[in-house]
Parts: sequence; structure tokens; C-alpha cells
Amino acid sequence: MSETMHDSTLDPRIAPSFPQAAKASLRDAQLRANVRRATDTIQAKRRKLVEEKKDWQELRESARQIRAHVLDHLHVYLEEFESNFTRAGGHVHWARNDQEAREIVVVIAKEAGADEVIKIKSMTTEEIHLNGALEAAGIHAYETDLAELIIQLGHDRPSHIVVPALHKNRAQIREIFLREMHLPELGENPADLAEAARRFLREKFLRVRTAVSGANFLIAETGGICIVESEGNGRMCLTLPETLISVVGIEKVIPRFDDLEVFLQVLARSATGERMNPYNSIWSGVTPGDGPRNMHVVLLDNARTNVLADGEGRQTLQCIRCAACQNACPVYRQTGGHAYGSVYAGPIGAILTPQMMEMRHGESLPYASSLCGACYEVCPVKINIPEVLIHLRNKVVEQKGWYAPEALAMKAMASVFRSERRLRAAQRLARMGQRPLARKDLPIVGQDSHAGLDSGSDWIKWLPGIFGGWTQTRDLRVIPRESFREWWEKRRV
Amino acid sequence: MRVTLFIACYNDTLFPETGKAVVRVLERLGHTVEFPAGQTCCGQMHWNTGYQEEALPLVARFVEQFEHAEAVVVPSSSCVAMMREHYALAAERIAHDGGDGSLVERVAALLPRVWEFTEFLTKKLGLTNVGAYYPHRVTYHASCHGLRNLGLGDGPEKLLKAVSGLELVSLERVEQCCGFGGTFAVKNADVSGAMLEEKLQAVLKTGAEECTACDNSCLMHINGGLHRMRAGVRTIHIAEILAGEAGTTESENAR
Repeated sequence: MSETMHDSTLDPRIAPSFPQAAKASLRDAQLRANVRRATDTIQAKRRKLVEEKKDWQELRESARQIRAHVLDHLHVYLEEFESNFTRAGGHVHWARNDQEAREIVVVIAKEAGADEVIKIKSMTTEEIHLNGALEAAGIHAYETDLAELIIQLGHDRPSHIVVPALHKNRAQIREIFLREMHLPELGENPADLAEAARRFLREKFLRVRTAVSGANFLIAETGGICIVESEGNGRMCLTLPETLISVVGIEKVIPRFDDLEVFLQVLARSATGERMNPYNSIWSGVTPGDGPRNMHVVLLDNARTNVLADGEGRQTLQCIRCAACQNACPVYRQTGGHAYGSVYAGPIGAILTPQMMEMRHGESLPYASSLCGACYEVCPVKINIPEVLIHLRNKVVEQKGWYAPEALAMKAMASVFRSERRLRAAQRLARMGQRPLARKDLPIVGQDSHAGLDSGSDWIKWLPGIFGGWTQTRDLRVIPRESFREWWEKRRV
Repeated sequence: MRVTLFIACYNDTLFPETGKAVVRVLERLGHTVEFPAGQTCCGQMHWNTGYQEEALPLVARFVEQFEHAEAVVVPSSSCVAMMREHYALAAERIAHDGGDGSLVERVAALLPRVWEFTEFLTKKLGLTNVGAYYPHRVTYHASCHGLRNLGLGDGPEKLLKAVSGLELVSLERVEQCCGFGGTFAVKNADVSGAMLEEKLQAVLKTGAEECTACDNSCLMHINGGLHRMRAGVRTIHIAEILAGEAGTTESENAR
């Protein structure tokens, strides 16, 4: 990979740790304002539509059960899909990893004689960094989803699963369009921006003969592929070209056509706060005279079977990529998506990325959460993200070994808590040890006595080592002279 | 009722006033309070940070200390969340690793008798008015584990509304995490600080004299931020408010 690709690619193998990357995001006030505004808007829409659905919890439970059932019988449904899709005239390819998937797509595109492709927004092709590989093979990819187009033209990276340009505001988008589309003039209204994109894209839709997509669902029973979208660009890509290549994670299969009843309801409400997506496309093989004549599906593993093999991590694959967890996450709210160093940001990214990297990269991600549980609360397939985060933290700890400084400290603490005598000794020791750090507080002038109760007491404003993180933004009141247990004993005497 | 107090390690060490207040409220309501001296820590910090092996003996220890209690009361919703969410799995792991196999059943038998402090008052005792007097303007922060894991709902707010003299002002975005998150606060200090900043702005906007919650962990974080900015607003555990009585000063209440 070239150096420039490093700069523009979200790759967990080369990304800085989350705390490190977050520093840069936190300094970007515009980005944070954009993220807050966008996630607040989507969340409000979602909340309203979830509240109107009286059987929401039952729907979630259905969705969870179907997805969990699929994962327990994945080979059955994948083979059923393969045979049905093939019978209908499609071609199925199996890719063990990102490199194989890229090669398969490039070969198919070349065989189709393509030097350019149009693309439907797809996280899976982002995951395998397909556009770079196509470019290297002399094939230019045009993103046709509005947000993806903004990302592509802005030489940027997606920061959200559903709304990849969520970190950009209208004025920034206008600048990108003006510059990259070589427009003499452009208004700032959403309608103006959409019209500019429409003109730019329409010509591509009519010209380019090969399309690349992902998929929301593979339907085993019918050999169908389902994509839901809001802009109609997907429908264009699915119907106008001669060749269609869909790159799909192996976990995306559902058993029956009827299962869409559940998923189309929970996905649209969770993802965009709509009752139903404006465009719901399903195609099942080739139909003469209608749509693409060459249909290919690349079924991508890319470490998904490793995730599947882990009993506690497996639920991660239930994900239907709605991004409700990202919108609800108070950490994502502060940092946006890029800090996660992966195309999968937010809570789902924090559990998915390290598992897909087989715990060799992204080890800081399971810790990028306060375990507040907002993600689990909104997840339409009930992935217990906090539970998986803790499970992955355990794996990280086991990898680090007992001699890591943190591990030694945690072991010492655990030893203290295993004995009442040692706990008492540690409490006394901490009280003595804090003395050099304690500072007498000056009373706040003009404050009434009640609210000012804390002033005048001793506080710690600086702590050494790892605890320095605490005093970076917070003071700490000194440990009181008497512990509760000491008070209790005196009281009983 | 015979109530057995699990104070939680950090309350024991850093917030003894909270424990005293819990004793005061429970005794005022006519209950007998016990305190097993061998209690230490529920194991949450280790478990949630990934040191599950270290947490296992602490889980076993908690069960040994408290399994004969009629009711266990804990003034910390995150410790109770640890028990309800993870103790069953921890006990299974102990059994699986060749340890005490009886722990699985003993955990299952004990958990229904473990209550977070306000939950004990509102759900077990069915009370909203505990006879407290506290003439201050207060806002309530719903800690995540109380809100989502325990489902405390509006229980704590009902208790506060019944306190004579207390003016309860609601907090904007009350369901949003304050950014404490245990070791998250130091491992991701920058993000934790940014989350705190938003919470502090919400607290200051209420014009409250004090911010209360069911968890001193969140409050330690919020108070640390308020003190750093010398905001003149402080935090107080909900037990200390509910312990308030007419004709006493705050310092007496806390004694």
C-alpha cells in the first residue's frame, strides 16, 4: 500500500490507538458540532417512530432470534442461497479475505471490459478497500450515494455506517462540490446540492455499464438479494448496467422472504428514522430484457468465521448495519467516526473491528466505551454490545500477559480486595500517601455557605502516572480520615 | 426488617458519609442494619476492565459474606448491575474451572435479595416519602447502570420529590452518560473529559445548588469537574439527601 493510501484509508492495521486518534477529533469543534447535530436529528426521528410501534420489543426479539438462528446454521443457508441464486442465472464467488474479494471483483470487471464502475453505498466494499484496488487496475469507481459522493470528491473517509459524510455540514459540502465538479456557482440549500449531485451522477448512470454494490440481505429461500436505500441511486445501479457485482458478508443471509417483514421494519426505523425505506430493491438472478445480464455475488468471509467460532463474540454478526448504536453512543458523539480507525465506527465497530482483526489490531477499541449501555438499548437485533466489549477486554488482557504494568496493578488491587486486613491497610496507606498531593482549597468568594460546602477542604489537583488521566480535567477530593467501616465499628462499641 | 449493608469499596474508602446516611435512613424507617466486616469489593472494576480471573474470588467472597442476609442493600447501582449482569456467568466460570460448583445455585438464590438503595425503598418497601427534609435546589443525574441495567425508572425522582423543602429541577439529556465509565475515565481521559464537559453544562444550566445520583462514582467525576471549574455547585449522594431531617444542618445530617 502506498503512503498516500495510508493517509486516506481507515485501516485498523495502521491506525493509531483510539485515545490517541480521539485527541485530534476532539480538537475539531466543527466536526463535533456536525456530529452532534446529525446524530440528535436521526435519534429524534428514530425515537418517534419506535414509540409509535407498540410491538417494538417483540419485533426486536424476532429480529434477534432470526439472526441468531441464521448464525447457528450459517452453512445451511449460505448453500441454499448459492444454489438458488445460481439456478436463477447468477454467479456466486467465495472470498476468504479482503484480498481475494478485491481480486475477484477486478477480474469480473475486466472481463466485462469495464474501465469504470458505478457504486451503490456499501460498507463491505469500504471494508475491503475496493476502490483503491479498482483504481490500481485502471478502473475508476464512481460513488453514487450522495454522502459517499461527498466523501469521494472530498478525498475523505466515511465516519458513519449509514450517513458516511455526517461529519460534514452543508457549507463544507458546497465547497467540495464547487471545487470538484468545477461549478461556477452553487447555492447552499439541500435542494441545490442534491441537484448538483444529480446532474453529476446522471451522466454516469447512463454511460457506465458495470455496477458494484453491497447488500442488506441475502434471501436463502429465493436466492434473492435485497438492498434498501433512500435516494434511488441504488435502483439506477441495479437496473441500468449490464454487469452487477455484489460484495456481501457471509453473515448477511436470512432464511425466508417473509423474514423481510421483520427486518424492513426494524432497519428503516433504526437507521434513518423512517417507517420504510423509500427504495426497496430485490433481485433474484437474471431476467432477459430486464436489468443486468451478468450478476455476480462475492461472498466475503474476511475473519467472520473466526467471530462465528467465538460463542460470546458471535452475536456481533447479528448486526444489520443500521448504525443506531453510533447515533446513541455518547463516545461517538464526541469523537465522530474517524477516531475508531476502521470503516466500522462507534460501538459496533468497537466490537467488530478487533474481532475481524483477530485481536491483532484495534485492541484499544473495546475500551472506547463507558459501558453506558445506550447502544444495546437501541440495537434492533439486541446485540449486547457492553457484554461483548467486556468479553473482548478480557481477551486483550490475556494477550498482554501478567507482567504488563496495568496487569500487575490490577492483580495487586485484587489481592487487597481478597482480604479485609489488606483492605484496611491499603485504606490507611492511601490516606498517608495522598498527603503530599493534597492542597487546601481557597473558599470561593461571594459564595453562600451551603453551595460552598466543599471549598475550604483538601483536594488533589495532580496525580502521577496512569491516574494523571483523572486530574487532567477533574479534581479529586482527599480520602476522608475515617472509612465507613471504622465509623461503624466505633458506633457499635 | 434485618437489612445487610454492602457499602461498596469506594464508598467505604472515599464516601463514608453516604454509608452513614443509608444507616440513618434505614434505622429511621425502623429497620435493623448489619454490616459484615469481611466485605470488600463486588469485583466490577476487574470484571469490566477485562480482569475477569481476578474478579472471580471477589464474586465468591461476596456470596459467602451475604448469602444469609434477609435483604442486601447497596448504595451503588453499578455494583448491583455487576451482580445482576455478570455474577451468574462468573459463578459458572468458577464451577467450570474446577472451583466451587455450588456457587451457581447460591448466586441465583442470593440475587433476588440484593437491592440498590433507592430500589429497596421504592420497590421492596413501597415507599416514596421517607420523611426527609432538605431545603435545597437539586438536580438528579440518572446513572447509566441504574437507568438501563436496573431499570430504576423515576423511582429516585419520586423519592426526591417527596422530600420536604427540596426543589427538584430536571437535567437536560438526563439519559446521557456523564463519561465516568470506571477505568474509561483514565484510559480515555480526553473523551471522558469531553463527555463530562457536556454534563457539567447541563448541570449548570439547571441553576441547582447540588447534583445528586444513586452512584458516587459518577458523582466523583462530576464533582471533580465542577470543582476544577470552581462552579460553586457540588454533588451529593441521594442517600445523604434522604437522610436530611428538619432542625439539623447539613454537617449534622452527614454525621
